[in-house]
Amino acid sequence: MDTVQYLDDHGKPLRDIPLSNEALLIGYRALRRARHFDERALVLQRQGRLGVYPPFRGQEAAQVGVALCLKADHDWLLPSYRESAAALTFGMPISKLILSWRADPAGWGAPPNVNMVQFYIPIATQIPQAAGVAHAQRLLGKDAVAAVFIGDGGTSEGDFHEGLNFASVFNAPLLVVVQNNGWAISVPTQKQMKVQRIAQKAQGYGIPGITVDGNDLVAVWSVAREAVERARRGEGPTLIEALTYRVAPHTSSDDPSRYRTEEETERWLKRDPLLRMKNCLLHLGLWSEAQEALLTEELEAEFLSAVEEADRAPEPKPWEIVEQVYQEMQPDQQAAWNYLRGEA
Amino acid sequence: MIAERQTRVLNNVQAINEALDLALAQDPRVVVFGEDVGTMGGVFRASDGLQQKYGERRVFDTPLAESGIVGFGIGLAMAGLRPVAEIQFAGFLYPALDQILSHLGRMRHRTRGRFTIPMVIRAPYGGGVKTPEQHADSPEAILTHVPGVKVVIPSSPERTKGLLLAAIEDPDPVFFLEAIKLYRGVKGEVPEGYYTLPLGRARVVREGSAASLFCYGGMVEVCLKAAEVAAREGVELEVVDLETLIPLDTQTLLASVQKTGRAVVVYEAMRTGGFGAEIAARIAEEALDYLQAPIVRVAGWDAPYPPFSAVENHYRPDAKRVLEAVRKVLTH
Repeated sequence: MDTVQYLDDHGKPLRDIPLSNEALLIGYRALRRARHFDERALVLQRQGRLGVYPPFRGQEAAQVGVALCLKADHDWLLPSYRESAAALTFGMPISKLILSWRADPAGWGAPPNVNMVQFYIPIATQIPQAAGVAHAQRLLGKDAVAAVFIGDGGTSEGDFHEGLNFASVFNAPLLVVVQNNGWAISVPTQKQMKVQRIAQKAQGYGIPGITVDGNDLVAVWSVAREAVERARRGEGPTLIEALTYRVAPHTSSDDPSRYRTEEETERWLKRDPLLRMKNCLLHLGLWSEAQEALLTEELEAEFLSAVEEADRAPEPKPWEIVEQVYQEMQPDQQAAWNYLRGEA
Repeated sequence: MIAERQTRVLNNVQAINEALDLALAQDPRVVVFGEDVGTMGGVFRASDGLQQKYGERRVFDTPLAESGIVGFGIGLAMAGLRPVAEIQFAGFLYPALDQILSHLGRMRHRTRGRFTIPMVIRAPYGGGVKTPEQHADSPEAILTHVPGVKVVIPSSPERTKGLLLAAIEDPDPVFFLEAIKLYRGVKGEVPEGYYTLPLGRARVVREGSAASLFCYGGMVEVCLKAAEVAAREGVELEVVDLETLIPLDTQTLLASVQKTGRAVVVYEAMRTGGFGAEIAARIAEEALDYLQAPIVRVAGWDAPYPPFSAVENHYRPDAKRVLEAVRKVLTH
């Protein structure tokens, strides 16, 4: 199976780019914005101002490229925990993401105009749900699509198979994006599965499976755009395998030196999706170092103001523990609520 | 109002069928799905004729995959539909426990109300009809231990119809467990047309003063039978049908204990960790001063439910075992 690629490892276009110059600039900005968030989130975590945080460094293009094809108030995003970049690009406010990784309930609910479900922690459980969300769009007469993300380890879960089977049987407008980043915490892909390519698994469900260079934004964006258009036309789901690499640890609590070599990470750092995209823009004469510096300043200002906004959110109250369990508080929750109110 | 309506005699399956029919007619968001629910009308015929009437978009068969069915339903619900899923037997819910525990019950909480799951999962449960392995399981205790869901187990056709319609209207996920033994084993007057009965209410199905029997679903029939036998000896037993396990109507059950001073809890799941333990604990916590004898549980044994009948009657509580327990609380 071929891997879809538009940029070489240094960012030089290998063929005609199916995106406008304007789109390329939007894409690069989205990548930089994601990276900035990730870097600063890790700093906040080290300062004790975030809980455990799962960084995505190295996987920006795989997430951003898909999210750029979706409309937040129309389409649906069901991400797992490593998809802050997708969430951010899809339209989740930075302050909400910060609150979310602070485990503050104020960050758990997406704004009404953003159809993003709170990050899923269990692996692959959101795929049957995404199939249901997608099928519902057809029943409701909408042309919206759902996009769901997992990692390579997630393809071993039963719900991956059940979800893909449901999506395919019901011809649901769904994108299943697997970021094949080589590792499920410490378990390498070759111990996860015997097939060479995750995209091959699509054959088992009678749907298209595409492998794309996940560190090539142009490639991911093009492939996802085509899959979204297919889905909107009612032609069913697509499985996208984005070949990428988690340069960062699994979470802020993980030590990857126990299971992988620095050389491997170094090799992938050279294929950094941001570097490749920047080189592409430089090659096309669309970008300069001055613009780069300006963008960094802008992103830092945006981030700082979001942190301030998050810091302004009131502390979660003890009695919120039993709120939003049912629409109407039931007697047992009410009793607990009364108790917790009395304590405070 | 319901009392003034015309009634017909229906069994439980017919009552369910009628409820589904009315829900589909009344609310275009309602969809009914599961294995064999379409052309075949469900293994127990609960959805008989509904696909023909409402089409394959509203009533549809799914692949054979319980986690997929529940997960798919969660997605349909989040997107604005009112899914009613059928799991062929409650003992087949186990593959879907990840969906149930990780998401069904907590989606409202984990998204701060942004996404909710107004979904009903119907599943036949319980023994007494000679089924193969897993077909007679009573997993209600597992389900009641999931925050964010409701668990309803009706025992008569009239209640079944009104409670199922209420469950479908409910904004939160509801497990609707239907005793297989009662599907065709009970008949009753059922009001015509659309009506709902409130979830979360227990009801006294037989008044008495000597002791309270707490039960639900398939055990209501057994307890009523025991009460009849006892009545012939002049012992008036009160039978309380809990009907909704979550949320539990503690008031009604405590009021009954306050009146009789003696409690027997009857359920067909295995004894240890069963929902009857919860009932006993509530009574002990909140009505100990009224008790004149220790609370006694009558339940299945701590073993898997025996398949194919030969010894099933020794596992599933019957009137004889209930009466033994009654004797125990009366002679303490």
